[in-house]
Amino acid sequence: MKEIVVISGKGGTGKTSVAASFALLAGKSAIVADCDVDAADMHLLLSPDRAERHKFLSGTVAVVDNGSCTGCMECQAICRFDAVTEKGGFAIIDPVKCEGCGYCSRVCPENAISNIPDLAGKWYISSIRTGSTMVHAKLGIGADNSGKLVARVKNEARKIAEEQGKELIIVDGSPGIGCPVISSLSGASYVVLVTEPSLSALHDLIRVVELTRNFSIPMGAVINKYDINREITAQIEVFLREANIPLLSRMEWNEEFVHSIVAGRTIAESENTTLSGVIRECWENVLQQNDITVKV
Amino acid sequence: MKIAIASGKGGTGKTTISTNLALSMASDHRVLLADMDVEEPDSALFIKGNHLEERIVTRDIPVWDSDRCTLCGECQEICNFNAVVRIASQIMIFPNLCHSCYACSELCRDEALPMKPSRIGVITRSEQGNLTFVEGRIDIGQEQAVPLIKSVGEYIESIADKDTVVIMDSPPGSSCPVMEVVGQSDFVILVTEPTPFGLNDLQIAVETVRKLGKPFGVIINRSTLGNSAVADYCRAERIRVIASIPNSLNIARIYSAGGLSCGMDPDMSREIGKVKAFIKLIS
Repeated sequence: MKEIVVISGKGGTGKTSVAASFALLAGKSAIVADCDVDAADMHLLLSPDRAERHKFLSGTVAVVDNGSCTGCMECQAICRFDAVTEKGGFAIIDPVKCEGCGYCSRVCPENAISNIPDLAGKWYISSIRTGSTMVHAKLGIGADNSGKLVARVKNEARKIAEEQGKELIIVDGSPGIGCPVISSLSGASYVVLVTEPSLSALHDLIRVVELTRNFSIPMGAVINKYDINREITAQIEVFLREANIPLLSRMEWNEEFVHSIVAGRTIAESENTTLSGVIRECWENVLQQNDITVKV
Repeated sequence: MKIAIASGKGGTGKTTISTNLALSMASDHRVLLADMDVEEPDSALFIKGNHLEERIVTRDIPVWDSDRCTLCGECQEICNFNAVVRIASQIMIFPNLCHSCYACSELCRDEALPMKPSRIGVITRSEQGNLTFVEGRIDIGQEQAVPLIKSVGEYIESIADKDTVVIMDSPPGSSCPVMEVVGQSDFVILVTEPTPFGLNDLQIAVETVRKLGKPFGVIINRSTLGNSAVADYCRAERIRVIASIPNSLNIARIYSAGGLSCGMDPDMSREIGKVKAFIKLIS
């Protein structure tokens, strides 16, 4: 099974637009996983039905029983997350600050603190309009388990791919290089880097490439809006060449890109044939890099 | 006054607004710009200040002292994050899973898990006239951004006086790193763009900021692209739109090369002026 992950370092370079286009072009042959769990957008283009909904319980959060609490505040003394305050002679725990380490409940002399499972989000299995299945999620507001939710989404996608005999999973990742990104890279077979010609995007690309290297995953790159600054596009191409990362395609700045998103269509479906042509060619390059033959 | 520039969706223009606003305000005010997007800090590309300080940031991680350990295994049972595991006659620590809660260390009856500082990133400080620039930069491979963002917050507290306007360039998204930055702020500016993605992620960001009880306003970037759904949403929710920056190839090109468009592009200059006036109003 091949797992193709789309990431970028910098946000807003076009990850979701590219990943959703790949999903459309792969059609029934690929399971789709939206792993940008705290700003998930793929559903806006792929019309999921959310046929299966699941709660994502992860970690715990500490709760004080006022009936037993004597206000000794020993819990406050040991909490490293400033989650405990005193109010009216009782300890109060801020569920947003609490990281669920459980230390307070262990030191409480009155056993007044319990650890309850934390509802950290929801995840869904959907039929989508490509004729395939998508696993996606919504991280709870203020939840701090994005890496674990990403892992859950990916694992479910793998299970479904196995059940349905699919050889391909397309993953939309998040910006940055932290825990959700690291989680989306685990077990990936190929990384598609989406970048754009700005110094910021290049700087961020270099960091995310170094991270991906640590996992020894092969990569390919897409330069979006390459004509905004051709000089920096050239710099990016030099960097890619030296890093031995093939350039999968260059897309020009085109307002149709935005129009198609506003209309709820992937750019692969754009009426503008240049735009849809470039993304098709890009997908074919990804398939070729991965030795995949897809029957669409 | 601490203002967080956040967004939900990535690439909407947080850094563009943070850097242009900070330098523009610094013409007649003491300003501290803090890049708290520690995974991918980009503000430094736009600020050409004198480098003043670099500080290594650490967080405390337990280290196994095999001489003291009696292999009772209680640490493994205590750790809620599976960061401490007993394997055969060894205790293994997984730093990326550890939350530095100290429970295993302080509850170990043999004192066999002393906490030791472990490097997670760097804070740097530079200065350009009235502007102090602080950047947090996490080491590649570190998973948890929050401890470093906390350290940047403490560092700001230690150097900024009350009259300094602090502008905090936040990471994208709405998970824990964003919560940490927004939690430190007095006011939040959410930067969005008028597309379905921009709207969806703005709605999540608004929920997050409301949960933390912070006052906030919105800047619509590339406002002439896409549709009117973001503006309609803000009107319906009675959210103040502080500025609307039209889509402009000129602004995009200046940004791409690491330049500041305020003062060079009339649209950007006018809209940053509105943001400055708004900040003076609420300060």
